[in-house]
Amino acid sequence: MKNYIKYFGILALGMVACEPEFENPVDDVDAYSNGEADFSNYVALGNSLTAGYADNALYITGQQNSYPNILAQQFAKVVEGDFDFVQPLMADNAGGLLAGGQQITSNRLVLSVVDQDTLPRIYTGMEPTTDILNTLTGPFNNFGVPGARSYHLLAPGYGNVQGLATDPATANPYFVRFASDPGTTVVADAVAQQPTFFSLWIGNNDVLGYATSGGVDENDITSQQVFTGAYTQIVASMVEAGAEEGVLLNIPNVTDIPFFNTVPNNALVLTAEQAANLTGFFQAVAGIFTQVLMQQQVPQEQAVALASQYAIQFSAGPNRFIIDVPVTQTNPLGFRQMTEEELVLLTIDRAAIPTQGYGSAAVGPEVLQVLGLLQQGGQPTPEQAQLVIDAVNGFDDADVLDNQEIQRIAEATQGFNATIAKVAEDFDLAFVDAAALLEETATTGIPFDGGVLTSTFASGGAFSLDGVHLTPRGYALIANETIEAINSEYNATVPKVNIGYYGTITPSND
Amino acid sequence: MVFALAGTITYAGGYRVGVQGQRALAMGHTGVAVVNSAELGFFNPAGLVYLENKLTISAGVSAVFSEVAWQNEATGATARTDNPLGTPFYFNASYKLNENLALGLSVYTPYGSTVEWEDDWAGSHLVNNIALQAIYIQPLVSYKIADFFSIGGGPIFVTGSVNFNRNLSRTLTDIEGNRANVTIDASGVNEWGWSVGALFTATEDLKVGLNYRSEIIMNAEGGEADFENIPNTPLAPFSDTTFDAQLPLPAELTAGLSYQLNEKWLLAFDFNRTFWGVYESLDITFANGVVSENPRAYEDANTWRFGAQYTATDKLTLRAGYYLDESPVQEGYFAPETPRNDSMGFTGGLSLEVTSRLAIDTSFAYIRFDEVDASYDHYVDENGQNIPFGGTYKSVAFIPGIGVTYKM
Repeated sequence: MKNYIKYFGILALGMVACEPEFENPVDDVDAYSNGEADFSNYVALGNSLTAGYADNALYITGQQNSYPNILAQQFAKVVEGDFDFVQPLMADNAGGLLAGGQQITSNRLVLSVVDQDTLPRIYTGMEPTTDILNTLTGPFNNFGVPGARSYHLLAPGYGNVQGLATDPATANPYFVRFASDPGTTVVADAVAQQPTFFSLWIGNNDVLGYATSGGVDENDITSQQVFTGAYTQIVASMVEAGAEEGVLLNIPNVTDIPFFNTVPNNALVLTAEQAANLTGFFQAVAGIFTQVLMQQQVPQEQAVALASQYAIQFSAGPNRFIIDVPVTQTNPLGFRQMTEEELVLLTIDRAAIPTQGYGSAAVGPEVLQVLGLLQQGGQPTPEQAQLVIDAVNGFDDADVLDNQEIQRIAEATQGFNATIAKVAEDFDLAFVDAAALLEETATTGIPFDGGVLTSTFASGGAFSLDGVHLTPRGYALIANETIEAINSEYNATVPKVNIGYYGTITPSND
Repeated sequence: MVFALAGTITYAGGYRVGVQGQRALAMGHTGVAVVNSAELGFFNPAGLVYLENKLTISAGVSAVFSEVAWQNEATGATARTDNPLGTPFYFNASYKLNENLALGLSVYTPYGSTVEWEDDWAGSHLVNNIALQAIYIQPLVSYKIADFFSIGGGPIFVTGSVNFNRNLSRTLTDIEGNRANVTIDASGVNEWGWSVGALFTATEDLKVGLNYRSEIIMNAEGGEADFENIPNTPLAPFSDTTFDAQLPLPAELTAGLSYQLNEKWLLAFDFNRTFWGVYESLDITFANGVVSENPRAYEDANTWRFGAQYTATDKLTLRAGYYLDESPVQEGYFAPETPRNDSMGFTGGLSLEVTSRLAIDTSFAYIRFDEVDASYDHYVDENGQNIPFGGTYKSVAFIPGIGVTYKM
């Protein structure tokens, strides 16, 4: 019987050998190389794009799919020993912020289907629970602060709740949640983490704030000088703090973002009859204005020439919209048709286009009466004439980017991107051309194993329902490009992710 | 849509680590021509009539420790199964009515294993976990036509159940980020089949056996499909329903021989051919009329088995064996619920006679799979996109077993 027991011992030994082992296990610490970079304490700096903001809100699953968090999960495969990447997670997946119980930012957008209309709507399935007065205690690794501009990262008091009430506000509710103390700066808190590696994606809001408001306040674009100064100081602070390796991402062009290219500027689609009527209306406007000018002693020839710009022709099919522009001597009525390059913002009230003639003219019964009078060769009263001119209903400046604004944005972006590229070179840091990547997404699209990722609003997969921020799949694309840049700069072999495993927009009828 | 259900069946063939008798398993699961114990009820009922005793019973149970590891070198993703212990068992009884006729009853569980991946792992759109149980109950008759030739066989009653869970896609979640998934459950699926065998005694020392077990098509009707974590939207129209599906258990032909080399040594060889070709596709029909077609394209597969038995003392018999098992899974059809490539089995064991009537039988089997780079290329996502799932797989299985042989 003793022998018999001995055999059982052999069986037990065999069981220990049961674990399947690969010849080259990818979870071995030397399966991939960190090259010359030290990822052991990675800190991410930036704005909403670093925080994982999506669908016009910050919420947990969005944060879990932030590009720094995706990066960190891949860094973990090359770091020996413990590796943590801590984010200041929101309290829920509703996304709205509260301040002392009062909601101060709206919940996330979800794709909802109502009466066969599939549209982004604000999620109402649960109450938001993230109160900024419930401050979090670090340490943190992700210092992405939605809404932050370059110089905000260096601004003392940016996390001071008192600064939310000042005009203009000097604080940011998202940083209020996790600032180490009211007087600190984002960079100071990041430096305190003793980072070994950092990423920086900042500058988008330095132009985007101007752009998303339709370029209403020219001062809203950060000056080149301020940007370069702030940007250099942020990078220098991180490098001095010990993060000698890092990666910088540049700023995408607004024209590649669905927020600016989803509503075409020629979405005024007319039947032949509608086109004729609208052409007739604007002829009437031009005629009336000629009369007005002549009454103001403008010579007829000059009056006709000046007013003729308002005799806008429409044809059956798509036509470009009318926009309001500043009143000038050459454009005394302050409207014109959009040019081919000009952009309509995603947030425009699209329902008003057919119902209120927004972007063309609001021709009501009273105006029609005047038009009829004119057709019969009658002479309208000054009040009637004014009715016709007032019926012109161009897009507000806040709903479009005109040529001048586009130019300013493009110049600023170009200038900031030149700074970013130069700083990357000066400090020997990896550099990601996010602008080129998102341009490729917007034009040819990015093939992956589940199809092609594009920038088409809602269905393209790259951009979330706010049209500005990315989806998890879009952030994964950024993470992959970042890994590529890091691998090339530091001779590392950090593995990429498969973007097909990252979701896009969230459908919900709640 | 729920093609991974197929795995339950392929598991039977693919993971068919024969454990229908400790004595046979110890010899590489040979037995079609080995007259040794009531294990013949499974291996070749024609042999039962040659058993010396009036009543012979063989019963036992095995513990299946199996694990599969997966990794993807491109992404660094890894996963391992955490399979619960499988406990297939068998009971074989043979009663000799007279010199020419024996009756028997066999109960065995050839399909009793489980694959459990980590929930939401990289292949979770193909399978999270799957569990199959099938119990075969077979009355037998064994008849000696001539001194050198006998036949045997009987009908098989199968009762089975299956439970399978997978995620609906690679990305669909509810608002909280919980992955949308479906569980398919069918139990009490009963079908009939049969087996028949023949045994030639060529010389006193050489026996040749042949056994055929019929194909059994399991018809799961009205099984339950339970959908979880579905977002509230008409864009993801999933609700709990029922389904019908057909799962083929293919026929198997075994031919083999045994040779009594001398008083101490017995050698055995078995060849199995499993007719997996029947398994072309798994079609699942849901109550709402939606049909899920899932290509499998299996091919008939062979197993070569070699065994030896050494009678060490009156009380102690030692056994060892080896087999080479071809996978029915073809290139591009390598699904993680059937992570099955060609394998080798190394087996051993012993019998210890406790009394003249009772012996304890033990066996162990170590199943070795080569590391393999493979993919399943026939998953179609919600947008109609064909998305391959691939990586490197490595499997092992270790199966200790214990049983008793009782003679009267």
